[in-house]
Amino acid sequence: MLKRLSIAVAGGLLLASAVAGCGGDSDAGSGSGSSGGGDDKITLGFSQVGAESGWRTANTKSIQESAASSGIDLKFSDAQGKQENQIKAIRNFITQRVDVIAFSPVVESGWGTVLKEAKDANIPVILTDRAIDDPDTTLYKTFIGSDFVEEGKKAGEWLVKEYEGKSDTVNIVELQGSPGAAPANDRKSGFADVIKSEPKFKVVASQTGQFTRTDGKAVMETFLKSQPDIDVLYAHNDDMGLGAIEAIEAAGKKPGTDIKIITVDAVKDGMTALADGKINFIVECSPLLGPQLMDLVKKAKAGETIPQRVLTEETTFTPEQAKEALPSRKY
Amino acid sequence: MTTLLRHRLFWPAAVLVVLLASNLIFSNNFFTITLQDGHLYGSLIDILRRSAPLVLVALGMTLVIATGGIDLSVGSVMAISGALACLLIGDLSNPDAVGPVLLVVGAAIALCLVFGLWNGFLVAVLGIQPIIATLILMVAGRGVAQLITGGQILNVRSEPYRVIGAGYFLAVPVSFLIAAAAVALTVALTRRTALGLLLESVGGSPTASRLAGIRSRRITIMVYVFAAAFAGVAGLIYSSDVSSADSNAAGNLIELNAILAVVLGGTALTGGRFSIAGSVLGAVIITTLDITAVSVGVPVETTLLFKAVVVIVLCLAQSATFRAKVFGRFGTRRAEVPA
Repeated sequence: MLKRLSIAVAGGLLLASAVAGCGGDSDAGSGSGSSGGGDDKITLGFSQVGAESGWRTANTKSIQESAASSGIDLKFSDAQGKQENQIKAIRNFITQRVDVIAFSPVVESGWGTVLKEAKDANIPVILTDRAIDDPDTTLYKTFIGSDFVEEGKKAGEWLVKEYEGKSDTVNIVELQGSPGAAPANDRKSGFADVIKSEPKFKVVASQTGQFTRTDGKAVMETFLKSQPDIDVLYAHNDDMGLGAIEAIEAAGKKPGTDIKIITVDAVKDGMTALADGKINFIVECSPLLGPQLMDLVKKAKAGETIPQRVLTEETTFTPEQAKEALPSRKY
Repeated sequence: MTTLLRHRLFWPAAVLVVLLASNLIFSNNFFTITLQDGHLYGSLIDILRRSAPLVLVALGMTLVIATGGIDLSVGSVMAISGALACLLIGDLSNPDAVGPVLLVVGAAIALCLVFGLWNGFLVAVLGIQPIIATLILMVAGRGVAQLITGGQILNVRSEPYRVIGAGYFLAVPVSFLIAAAAVALTVALTRRTALGLLLESVGGSPTASRLAGIRSRRITIMVYVFAAAFAGVAGLIYSSDVSSADSNAAGNLIELNAILAVVLGGTALTGGRFSIAGSVLGAVIITTLDITAVSVGVPVETTLLFKAVVVIVLCLAQSATFRAKVFGRFGTRRAEVPA
């Protein structure tokens, strides 16, 4: 009796920790556990990267809200930045026989096996906001998200324009995203493609800031000491840029003036810094793809043909535009 | 010379010196320390400041390991303490008042003490293996932190709170002073009182210690409380440094870094003898390694490999058996296992 009781208690604890581990989910573990292909409500299994930045949080919210408003049963799982968690979540979705699986891949490679399992189970897969690096494009139905190479290019183009007509060398430091992640790879290459046209642009140091504020600050602190001359900082997201701003201020320099800063994302904190003149230029990467995603989910479930690549609508911001856009900024 | 070579902290210290010296090749003002806006500024200061959280966590881990245990939950405890502090400060009517912020800091550390008690209870009273007992809080604790922050990154604007991780007192980084005070406290408690001896005895053999009249259960609970408290302070430093609480990134994998720091410092995972100076040295080495990788410009893809190579070299150098095999003639004396 006692043994059975202790097993029950241990099981309860495990369950509790598993639910708690999912973080800010809406209705992942609870409720319709046995929902499957049978009922008429569409079930969407979504595996999020994590909550590493304000951008990601806005992305999560957009997906949760639009799922609720379009009557889709969302099973949400947070991978906390780890690929193994995400693979586990996708396998779970397959076992639960959800109608559609969508996920935002933590890294680009290593998805072949698990996506093959989904394909064999006849569950359409939609990639959101990050691509995968697999030659077999039949593994997923479509990829909805931003064009990160284009974002990197936009950042580079602004820089080229900003330094037009000047011949002095421009020393650039770069804060990369998580190694192996599509936005990090593509934002780096898009930027590099544009600035290589002019030899005066020199990337003197490029390291990963893991997309987090803490690492952005830490790496920038070291850059400021190891690189005697920094003219421009290019950060792959706002949060790293915001961390770097603190490091630049602690070094007695003025962010935005002594060191020009370009970031990508345009979350509220970043836009505020842009409006304050601490950041010079932000390339938008909109996280609000929920409504578009739910549309695609319905089409995928109905078996309609959908394009292999769907782009989200995006723009860029200067300090003046940031001041205008800030009051209505949702994230 | 040989006594110096045989000192158990010789090899870690040597690696630290080599790391620092290699920085000099790549940036020639690495050792320059200047005064910037009334505080010390330089790469060495960065190392001191940024190693503070790891030193704190490693201190607690040393005590836990000395009793033959291990604490995997320190990273999650860090995340919880930072998350709670930022949440409470966000609710303050005046976040720039020192008094309320101190209260908040106290509350966060108090919560960590409770988690420490929980760990100690599981290990000492229920007799669950430490690795399992603390694994529970490692997994669940991260969830608790996410519940507190609602899965978001919480930003706070509070000058007094910022001082903990990013501020300076008399030109010296506050986080370094906190870590130094913690080291001093631990050294005083373990080396100036009988506590250190009791810890080693519990780590050596809990049963024998109990039979000899030592309340080993109480000692075990105490070290987990210590570890959690230090982890809580580390979490405050971590979140205060960027004035935000990130429940996913805070203290992520720090438990492994802390265990590494303890091992690099020459404390055996089997319990018993421990070295506080060694753990502090180990923590500083790991931080220096991080900074060196960036400063030298190790490509992003190979940073982890670079760290692994340095750690492996250090571990091999510390192994008397390995040295005896490689440097045969020097090693004719009986290989001794480092304590």
